[in-house]
Amino acid sequence: MKLGRDLLLFGLVLLLGTLPFFGEAYTLRLGTFACMYAIMAVSWNVIGGLAGYPSFATAAFFGLGAYAGGVLLAKGAALLLALAFAGALAFGGAMLLGAVLLRLRGHYFAIASLAVGEVLRELTNTATNLTGGGMGLNIPLGAMTGGILGEATFHFLAMWGLLLLALAVVVWIERSKLGFGLACIRQNESAADMIGVNATLYKSLAFAFSGVFVAMAGTLYAAWVHYIEPPDVYDILFAVKPIVMALLGGLGSTVGAVLGAFVFLGIEEVVWRNYLQVHTGVLGFLVVVLLLFLPHGLVSIGRRLRTGRAPA
Amino acid sequence: MFILQILANGIVLGCLYACIAAGFSLVWGVLNVINLMHGSFIVLGSYLAWGAYNSLGLSPWLTLAIAAPLFYAFGYLVQRGLLNRVIAAPVLVTLTLTFGLDLILNNAMILAFKADYRRLILEPALGTLAMGPVVVPVDRIVAMGFALVLTGALYLILRKSRVGRAIIAVRLDRDAATLMGVRVKPTYAAAFGLGAAMAGCAGVLLALIFPISPLSAIPYLGKAFVVCVLGGLGSVPGAVVGGLLLGLVESFGAMAFGPEHAVTLSFALLILFLIFRPQGLLGKRGFE
Repeated sequence: MKLGRDLLLFGLVLLLGTLPFFGEAYTLRLGTFACMYAIMAVSWNVIGGLAGYPSFATAAFFGLGAYAGGVLLAKGAALLLALAFAGALAFGGAMLLGAVLLRLRGHYFAIASLAVGEVLRELTNTATNLTGGGMGLNIPLGAMTGGILGEATFHFLAMWGLLLLALAVVVWIERSKLGFGLACIRQNESAADMIGVNATLYKSLAFAFSGVFVAMAGTLYAAWVHYIEPPDVYDILFAVKPIVMALLGGLGSTVGAVLGAFVFLGIEEVVWRNYLQVHTGVLGFLVVVLLLFLPHGLVSIGRRLRTGRAPA
Repeated sequence: MFILQILANGIVLGCLYACIAAGFSLVWGVLNVINLMHGSFIVLGSYLAWGAYNSLGLSPWLTLAIAAPLFYAFGYLVQRGLLNRVIAAPVLVTLTLTFGLDLILNNAMILAFKADYRRLILEPALGTLAMGPVVVPVDRIVAMGFALVLTGALYLILRKSRVGRAIIAVRLDRDAATLMGVRVKPTYAAAFGLGAAMAGCAGVLLALIFPISPLSAIPYLGKAFVVCVLGGLGSVPGAVVGGLLLGLVESFGAMAFGPEHAVTLSFALLILFLIFRPQGLLGKRGFE
């Protein structure tokens, strides 16, 4: 059952990789966003779903990655180097910060993680020499061949590759001792501590893994859009959307997170295209309806149909 | 002498922050719900004051009397109709639900009022009050006075009234309160209504001082967070102490490091408090 699901997941994502063969630039743009959202949702699921810590730090990691990588790219570094640097910075930073922040629980952790993004945003805003501050940061066009379509294909494939990497790592975490430890922590942290789970280390690792791929996605995003500014990449919606996606799919399930990300993007795009003026309102309405009527997400629909009632 | 002026500014700001945070703290402490709509409630209160003054000629002080029952009813209904359904769910669910509701409310405000900044300007202006070297605008002093009165009123309601005692009882021990015959769900709704009323009234007062825009909702919410953590959760005196502390830190911090770092400073303070004194200055352990 579990194995079948994971295979289905990889099959689905691999299939998405064929998009450049028949897609035009718009479809590729959507595909890139789909992969980016899926990376965010799957990553958030490690700390929020597996460990049960409601993190609002996704926007912080994304912005950090976008700026760390973006500054390097602007100075002429290679994309791979920028990616590695952003990933390492996010991982290391999250390990250090996690050891401190993850002593907090519930609302307190939620707020502290939210504050990380706000502080980073302000720091980015004021470090004008390095980041361009409120003027934003221009990232030069790389030596890309193939015109618009070629560039779109490149960025799609890069984001898609990162999604595959993130999925591989997260599925490995789920099956490893780390994943088991995190499940113990979610159910009862004191008891987990008692039987010898190194809770601080495990939680910090979960926090770091929830950040590393998001930061790298941030770098790819910066390279893709060529211009970033603090309100754009530290957008608080980047912290909330992954949670909505994970809830939409079904909390704690990696398959659900990917599914949730894709469905969410679909809804967002339709609303955004047709009802621009009210799109945040519609997003809010969706969140409310989802929480009140489908609290266990899309993956619970099948179960519900089989048993004829809502799961407990 | 410069110091005295900054001290005065910090105190005025701090009293208003206390008023912003008192309702937020009540809802968080009693319901264990972080109401992300709080900032939008405040802005909505500001618009109410602006509209009442510009179309009806009603002074903001009178608007307070309208805002309080209006926002109480609104908050009561939101809690009864929506939040009470998921009140037992994990933190994440209630937090995300209020976030969704806030998106709706904020979007509605942008549609209704547009995103441009407005300002409530009293005619004739109230002028300034000079006490030695310290100069403070009179409208700020009056707003500060009302903020203190409102916060005091909330304190008295929680201390003396029947519904206030019920709220405190539910906060201390929900199960025991239920056994004593307190009806929990209406009490939750009353607490949320009181929180909303405080936010709306704070918004009316803030309309005199800060520009009004739907975009101000998030910064107001941020202030409420920080004040709650500094002062301690769910207590009115905590909100006052936290508000004053934040007001002073922001004023002196702006002087020492420059105004652009005020937000960073307050959030850094927030994180330090969360780590070293999560119960806040006046909070008691076990209420976290």
